[in-house]
Amino acid sequence: MDWTFWLEWVLKGFVLCLVLLTGFAYLTYYERRALARMQNRIGPNRAGPQGLLQPIADAVKLFFKEELTPARAYKIVFFLAPIVTVVPSLIIAAVIPWGTSFQLFGRTITLYVADINVGVLYLMSIASIAVYGIVLAGWSSNNKYAMLGGMRSSAQMISYELALGLSFVTAILLANSMRMIDIVNAQSSWWFVVIQPVGALIFWIATLAEVNRAPFDMPEAEQELTAGYHAEYSGMKFALFFMAEYQKMIVICAILATLFFGGYLGPFVDKFWFLGPVYMFAKVFILLFFMIWVRATWPRIRYDRLMSFGWKVLVPLALAVVFITATGILLAQELNNQLYFWAIPFVSIVAAGIAVMMIYRELRRKAYERA
Amino acid sequence: MTVDLILFLILALVSVSTALGMLLSRNTVYSALFLVLNFVTVAVFYLLLGAPFIAMAQVTVYAGAIMVLFLFVIMLLGTEVLPASNILPWQKPLAGGLAAVLAVEAIYLLLVRARSVAQVTSPDVAINSMDNLREMGKVLFSTYLLPFEVTSILLLVAMVGAIVLTKKEKA
Amino acid sequence: MVPVNYYIILSAILFTIGAVGVLIRRNPLVIFMSVELMLNAANLAMVAFSSVYKSFSGQIFVFFVIAVAAAEVAVGLALIVEIFKTKHNINVDEMNSLKG
Repeated sequence: MDWTFWLEWVLKGFVLCLVLLTGFAYLTYYERRALARMQNRIGPNRAGPQGLLQPIADAVKLFFKEELTPARAYKIVFFLAPIVTVVPSLIIAAVIPWGTSFQLFGRTITLYVADINVGVLYLMSIASIAVYGIVLAGWSSNNKYAMLGGMRSSAQMISYELALGLSFVTAILLANSMRMIDIVNAQSSWWFVVIQPVGALIFWIATLAEVNRAPFDMPEAEQELTAGYHAEYSGMKFALFFMAEYQKMIVICAILATLFFGGYLGPFVDKFWFLGPVYMFAKVFILLFFMIWVRATWPRIRYDRLMSFGWKVLVPLALAVVFITATGILLAQELNNQLYFWAIPFVSIVAAGIAVMMIYRELRRKAYERA
Repeated sequence: MTVDLILFLILALVSVSTALGMLLSRNTVYSALFLVLNFVTVAVFYLLLGAPFIAMAQVTVYAGAIMVLFLFVIMLLGTEVLPASNILPWQKPLAGGLAAVLAVEAIYLLLVRARSVAQVTSPDVAINSMDNLREMGKVLFSTYLLPFEVTSILLLVAMVGAIVLTKKEKA
Repeated sequence: MVPVNYYIILSAILFTIGAVGVLIRRNPLVIFMSVELMLNAANLAMVAFSSVYKSFSGQIFVFFVIAVAAAEVAVGLALIVEIFKTKHNINVDEMNSLKG
């Protein structure tokens, strides 16, 4: 372990943070423009060409805003909560591979910060401690609305973590490894989204709830809770919460791309190393568009329905999908027949169809009862 | 002094002081937060000891789920600070004395019998750092299959119990 | 490599702090947290021994302990919530009757 090793590490971490921070700034711009398009507006277009300097203008505005601390707030926790929210959203990106490797000054430089054999578990554990920032922000503000927002988010995030973990399990089963690199390489012939579309869908829904995005943005529902857990925050502290949310969006799209959409793989990626980050960026960009699209399309769902959807639909469905995947892989191995392997997507889609039917019938029954 | 030892000493200091913080805070929320820090440092100890799976499980289950549940209940009941009570005034000094006896006894035994612990080297399964997850999974699902299944049933029973306890009875 | 004795001594200290917490605190939630701390101290000792003996058994027992602790917390917190509902107080000194 010479000093160049440490230098490489520090530089890679620095570049990753820089990419995420810039990504956050331009994701806000991207979202505002895309939402505007969907709502027949133009969106921010004044600052710079096509409004490209808008994020900088926003940052300047936030810097100069006055910061208020409520008189009865728990000061230390109130100060720490935004930091506790931002840090997980940055460090979770450490295990995501952005490409293969390249030679520089005779050294092989790999395009990921850390390659650990429990990569997926690392994602899981960081995702599970991300809830603290929001809960503590809500509690330390000493404000009923903020507190309710924090409690909602803790209940919601713990509930959806189960489905999230189970959808991770489907990818682990298909790749036969918990290392992110192995998971990407296992998708060289087929992306996992083809083999296990329902697993990818469950991941998508569960992560929308984990990052408190619409339609699951209950912790910050304006109509019910003014602004939820960050009601008392202003200026840069508020900006940190905002930053954490958007960084989490980027990171989650990157994780989804890695686990189910082939990561950095694409045509000619083993010949030209620089294509890896390009493919990854393109996939993340497209997946982010879907996240924005969801926000523009669906209204917020009611809180009790959110919880019963998570526990009564998503968790059983995820368990069924894990069972189907494991059985398919095992049968294909033991009986040496690839037919069983390719039965996985069809049986999973049937299971998802049954789940949708059950929701539909339940809603119909409730509608009749009301009528 | 190697890097490992320095790291260990710093982390040990952090973990003992967070444990004391948990013990001494008046506010239950601060107690819970100190305990979270303690669990995270213990997870780092697991990493140092070459047990990455246990370290991640520790963070996910203890820090990520159990302590969030604690915080949830503390906030739900609004019992951050309880009034001090003086029902058993002799209890605190007695407890302190007993704890000192326990700590001294444990450390004395460990220091006296330390040599016999350090001498043991009997690798029945070679743990190498990179691929030990697969081996551990094999041991878990062969030698320890029955305990594993019993644990899963225990979790199911606990889940049903928790739901039954907190469920509102329908009139 | 840090000598395993250090880990065991640390584990003993943490266990003692947990035991003191169970004895002197009046808030059942803090008592509960102290129990968790004691479990953790035991886990640390087990993982330390597991790395000395180069065997997975210690780590697997820690895995079971973590699972059982999760179950214990779920039921224990449900009990505390239920006690709060009936008594509107969770101080352990007030829990002196078997009737609800």
